[in-house]
Amino acid sequence: MFEPMEVSAEELQHLVSDRALKGETVLLNMGPQHPSTHGVLRLLVELDGEQVVNVVPDIGFLHTGIEKNMEAKRYWQAEVMTDRMDYLNPVGNNLAYCLAVEQLTGLDVPPRAQAIRVILAELQRISSHLVWLGTHLLDLGATSLFLYTFREREIILDIFELVSGARMMTTYIRPGGLWRDVPPEFDAAVRAFLDLFPRRLRQYEALVTKNPIYKDRTQGVGVLSKEDAMRWGVTGPMLRASGVAYDTRKARPYSGYEQYEFDIPVEHSGDVYARYLVRIEEMRQSLRIIRQALDNLPDGPVRSDNRKYMPPPREEIGVSMESLIHHFKFWTEGFSPPKGSAYAAVESPRGTLAVFIESDGSPRPYRVHVRTPSFANLQALPLMAKGGMVADLVATVGSVDIVLGDVDR
Amino acid sequence: MSAEHVQAAAEALAERLQGEVSEDNGQVVVRLPKARLLDAARLLRDAFGFQVAEDITAVDYWQRREPRFDVVYHFFSYDHAALLRLRVAVDDGEAMPSITAVFPGADWYEREVYDMFGIPFDGHPDLRRILMPYDWEGHPLRKDYPLGYEEPQFTFNFDEIQAKKVQGRR
Repeated sequence: MFEPMEVSAEELQHLVSDRALKGETVLLNMGPQHPSTHGVLRLLVELDGEQVVNVVPDIGFLHTGIEKNMEAKRYWQAEVMTDRMDYLNPVGNNLAYCLAVEQLTGLDVPPRAQAIRVILAELQRISSHLVWLGTHLLDLGATSLFLYTFREREIILDIFELVSGARMMTTYIRPGGLWRDVPPEFDAAVRAFLDLFPRRLRQYEALVTKNPIYKDRTQGVGVLSKEDAMRWGVTGPMLRASGVAYDTRKARPYSGYEQYEFDIPVEHSGDVYARYLVRIEEMRQSLRIIRQALDNLPDGPVRSDNRKYMPPPREEIGVSMESLIHHFKFWTEGFSPPKGSAYAAVESPRGTLAVFIESDGSPRPYRVHVRTPSFANLQALPLMAKGGMVADLVATVGSVDIVLGDVDR
Repeated sequence: MSAEHVQAAAEALAERLQGEVSEDNGQVVVRLPKARLLDAARLLRDAFGFQVAEDITAVDYWQRREPRFDVVYHFFSYDHAALLRLRVAVDDGEAMPSITAVFPGADWYEREVYDMFGIPFDGHPDLRRILMPYDWEGHPLRKDYPLGYEEPQFTFNFDEIQAKKVQGRR
């Protein structure tokens, strides 16, 4: 049997205050199997009574070497791994990866594919926020809302199943467009959701927004100032709850987001309650975007016809020898983007998700790096938790909306 | 995105800090000597309003180029919606200057680069491994680190597989 390597106390004592060394404060391990850490996050908490003196997040328990694995795969194979990073936002991850590959190859995406990408990305944002809302309230002891939010999330997952055959790991967005066009039932399914959801959203708000217990537990808790939020690279709803009106969809539009009208919800108090308000309003804005995209959904192809980077259409393979050869070469060798690097950012439900790809001209990416929003957001946790109560730590961690697959990759 | 702002920042870096400006798929890239990185970070923050080091990573050019690594920085300005990429070359065994004093958000990113590539950062407040276990040997994202696999250990063959492993690596 193996023996774990010893680590001496001197190596780690800079993480805690001097009082901890004298035994005046208590060091407490929260996680990695604590239910409120949403996965495998370990927090080393230094406590003075019930007050949090310091928090040291310890991550990496879910590190699966996705970046290393992607380097060994071809461009179209590597995309499958992006689904697995942020498992609540697979469509957004696919989108960021595909945008980066499209930047490298210069592929242009037909307007219909862009609009469908937007619809799916916004549906994914709603479903991700629903998971957050349910589990965050569950952390604070409100168990009933969890059942309602997961009921509505199921409708969205059914739509994903309808278009891609998979509920979660869709890999539906591909470099140059989509896997294939949406089925005819898609329009009615999304419209049914659009009609139902505003009503349900009002029900959630009736349960939570003015709930005195929820307000007591979240107002003034886990405050992050505007300057700190910007300096520490915090993005997404957390940044907007701290008073910065920044949204990647507006500031660096991609996939045709500049055509749609929507607002950026901003709150200024920077606490857990503000993050809740921002996320609820974001769901409303997502509905607006989906409705606009669906009403103006253009006809036409859903994949680029650039044959250098796209496989031939199915119909041609049976009648054209060249297409058959091309099909075979494409799916065995893959395609080779020119040398260079690309960096594409999207607004994921948690913040700025960016993919950096470096190509050396071979069919495999030389280096893929993913700038995940949860990684930077979690980094700011000590700032928010210091000085608070240990019970508030649960609310604060929940409000970050971390996905550990997104943090550790 | 305000392209003029990025261009102005890149020209200032070229003029004052020996940067080489180029373009890569529509993105302005500035290559800087290692010694100038801290000055560049301060200049970007104070004179050009870049508030955050959005992303820091590295690329390993093992057996392809000397010096071996490129550390790639992406700086972002919320006011100008401007993104600038910096590339700094560094050789194996050399340390990079840490920019955490200028951009505190670089903290975990530098730790990740240290963990994955073994590039130390001078002046970092807490340089430890972040994703890999603390007693891990090697730096996984280096190109000479094999993409290996681990045999699943069961009770009947635990010792047999354990004996084949490199000491100290779990």
